[in-house]
Amino acid sequence: MEGFLFNSIIYILAAIVCVPIAKKLGMGSVLGYLIAGILIGPYVFGFIQDGKEGQDIMHTTEFGVVMMLFLIGLELEPKNLWKMKNLILRVGLTQVLITILVIFGLAMLVLDDWRINLTLSMAMALSSTAIVLQSLKEKNQLDSPSGKMSFGVLLMQDIAVIPILAILPLLAVSEPMVSGESHGSLLEHQPGWVQTLSIFGAIGLVILLGRFGFGPLLNWVSKTKLRELFTASALLIVVGIAFLMGLVGLSPALGTFLAGVILANSPYKHALESDLDPFKGLLLGLFFMAVGATINFDLIMANPGIIISVTFGVMLVKAIILFVIGKTKKLGFAENLSYAFGLAQVSEFSFVIYAFALQLGIVDGEVSDSLMAITALSMTFTPILGLVLDKTILAKAQGKSKGEEREADTIEEKNAVILVGFSHFGSTLGRFLRANGIEATVLDYNPDQVDLLRRMGFKVFYGDATRVDLLHSAGAEEAKILISAVNSEETNKKLIEVCHEHFPHLELMLRAKNRMDAYEYMEMNAKNIYREHLDSSIRMGEDALKKLGFRAYTVHRLAAQFKKYDEEALEVLVQFKNNREEYISKVKKQIELQETLLSGELAKKFSLNDHAWDSDAMKEQK
Amino acid sequence: MRKILILFAHPKYEQSDVNQALIREIRGLEQVTIRDLYELYPDFSIDVQQEQELLFEHEVVVWHHPIYWYSCPPLLKQWIDLVLEYGWAYGQGGIYLKNKYVFNAITSGGSEEVYQHSGRNRYTMEEFLRPFEQTAYLCNMRYLPHFHVGGTHKITKEELNRQKAAYRELILSLRDSPEITLPYIQKP
Repeated sequence: MEGFLFNSIIYILAAIVCVPIAKKLGMGSVLGYLIAGILIGPYVFGFIQDGKEGQDIMHTTEFGVVMMLFLIGLELEPKNLWKMKNLILRVGLTQVLITILVIFGLAMLVLDDWRINLTLSMAMALSSTAIVLQSLKEKNQLDSPSGKMSFGVLLMQDIAVIPILAILPLLAVSEPMVSGESHGSLLEHQPGWVQTLSIFGAIGLVILLGRFGFGPLLNWVSKTKLRELFTASALLIVVGIAFLMGLVGLSPALGTFLAGVILANSPYKHALESDLDPFKGLLLGLFFMAVGATINFDLIMANPGIIISVTFGVMLVKAIILFVIGKTKKLGFAENLSYAFGLAQVSEFSFVIYAFALQLGIVDGEVSDSLMAITALSMTFTPILGLVLDKTILAKAQGKSKGEEREADTIEEKNAVILVGFSHFGSTLGRFLRANGIEATVLDYNPDQVDLLRRMGFKVFYGDATRVDLLHSAGAEEAKILISAVNSEETNKKLIEVCHEHFPHLELMLRAKNRMDAYEYMEMNAKNIYREHLDSSIRMGEDALKKLGFRAYTVHRLAAQFKKYDEEALEVLVQFKNNREEYISKVKKQIELQETLLSGELAKKFSLNDHAWDSDAMKEQK
Repeated sequence: MRKILILFAHPKYEQSDVNQALIREIRGLEQVTIRDLYELYPDFSIDVQQEQELLFEHEVVVWHHPIYWYSCPPLLKQWIDLVLEYGWAYGQGGIYLKNKYVFNAITSGGSEEVYQHSGRNRYTMEEFLRPFEQTAYLCNMRYLPHFHVGGTHKITKEELNRQKAAYRELILSLRDSPEITLPYIQKP
């Protein structure tokens, strides 16, 4: 049972079986993946023979966390991040420091090796970014007050990783056992100032690239209109930054998060999101499975009491500290509870810390194995605990205080209008909407056009609007109206199909090049069709009549009448369109239609045949 | 049961709390059709035929509008100009409105007191509404007393509640009562 393909089949099958079941039971995908991992791990079916293989996969797939933070960064504009600075610094720092202190104190009561205790208390203070953010996202709570608090804490913890990794070598009692290997930084043997300088240099480089480098790169690539090349560039950005951060010893997740924040204002935001999302999902899924597979059940079975009680003890301590902090920040009881227990597990990063501590000789193999088992268990318990909380206490508490908590929500509203195509037509329309306080999310497929409009202060995103995933990230779910201001028949037809299938709630408004296209859209059951020439040509005709001496108001009424007649004729003629033989070319069809229209109009006398303000009839009477 | 046609004309409905309250009170009532004219004809191009068909179907017609400069908003006047055609509504063969009931349901900034001979506006509301009365008269319709909510700028919540309930009651009784007992003016 060897080979890459076979392994892939095992992993994917396990996920396909477990995750939907978990979701059906309301447990969230994380628990599903974890259970899948336990099932294929060495203690149930044994597809993964030893813990080592699981750990390898885990390290590789930790990259999913990096990608997730990049994607989250994309959602967060710099000014919003700046608004969160208090939250990150105060709440986050308090949590990290107090938790380290308390766990250290408690550990000292049991073990009297302060080095081990400090190591494990630092590791246990961190929470799992992967699990917390994934479940917040699934429950749609990222923008809720508790979601924001959780995010601030996680971000601070990611920053805390840097000093933690710096402190560990100082705790080493002996020379590192494997001196050649290190945790990845090339600079650790350099003097302190070189390290500091290169850290700032690297962050500066990321910011500079984000501002001036990635935009032109993506622009250049998107002109090739090869989607896979765009995806590749997106991957290059993430991998490149992660590599750079690793080089200077910073957390790659933090670096990509920063890059994401900088790119949050970029026109490529939605395209990047939809291209990277599947990678993130797959990697995270694999990561959770690997966590499940590495749980050492032999060890747990050897002394189940201790391991399980320590796990619960740690989670309880963390939750209490978080709860108290939440209380000072005036979180509602229910919100506070879900945030406190949500963050109670131990971070995936502690695997790295324990492995590093093992290398440094701070802990021995058995201790580190037990600690890892505790971490994995706490990660497994989190979603279960969350489920129990949701079903019991929270369900009750939320029922009570729903009214007030709605108020506190500051969910950033997505735009009600998505405008596709920002050419002359679309931009005029967009300006009109904006002049009346309606902001539209604009999508355009021409990178140069997008750049130009961005410079002029419009919020335009690059991307092919007929892609479901892109519409998704542009907020099609929440939007009310999708306006297509492109005149390409092909694009519009695809849009109708996509929207009818995936976003049936969206009101579609379409620009049509001409009558023929309008027919095509009508046959696809599209309702709001606007022929681009109709209004301006009639308006021009109105002016011509006025120049010939017609009174303006009469012409105005004639025009309104003609437009109505023309729209009605369209509805009637669409039924006859298909009766003609197939071989008639489109052009010929068009001419025939025009003929039908014209002959009909010759018979119909256009006049204002109402008797408004007309005294002739009355005069005749007298 | 009579069918009632509310011809509602307000150029800035979104800012009129009083008219919103009145309309909400009668919206969705069975056999009551509300035509929001400014929503239907923002460019004043009224569909005469459709309007005449609706008139034909209904037995009671309400001109529901605010009073601006002692008259109705221009779109309602446009409606009267276009829809009440010679030979259809009045004159030779103009028999289609005969015996239908009609009245004005109006709101005004000025209170009922200022619409008095001794008041600021020097004439009563009834007098200001004479053109409508005469229009109905010419069309052989039965012109009922107007329904008036005055002093809309300073109206209290209680007063508004009372008025909107009265409006609903009036509409319901016009719809349901076997005999309309209100006094009316009609060409003999």
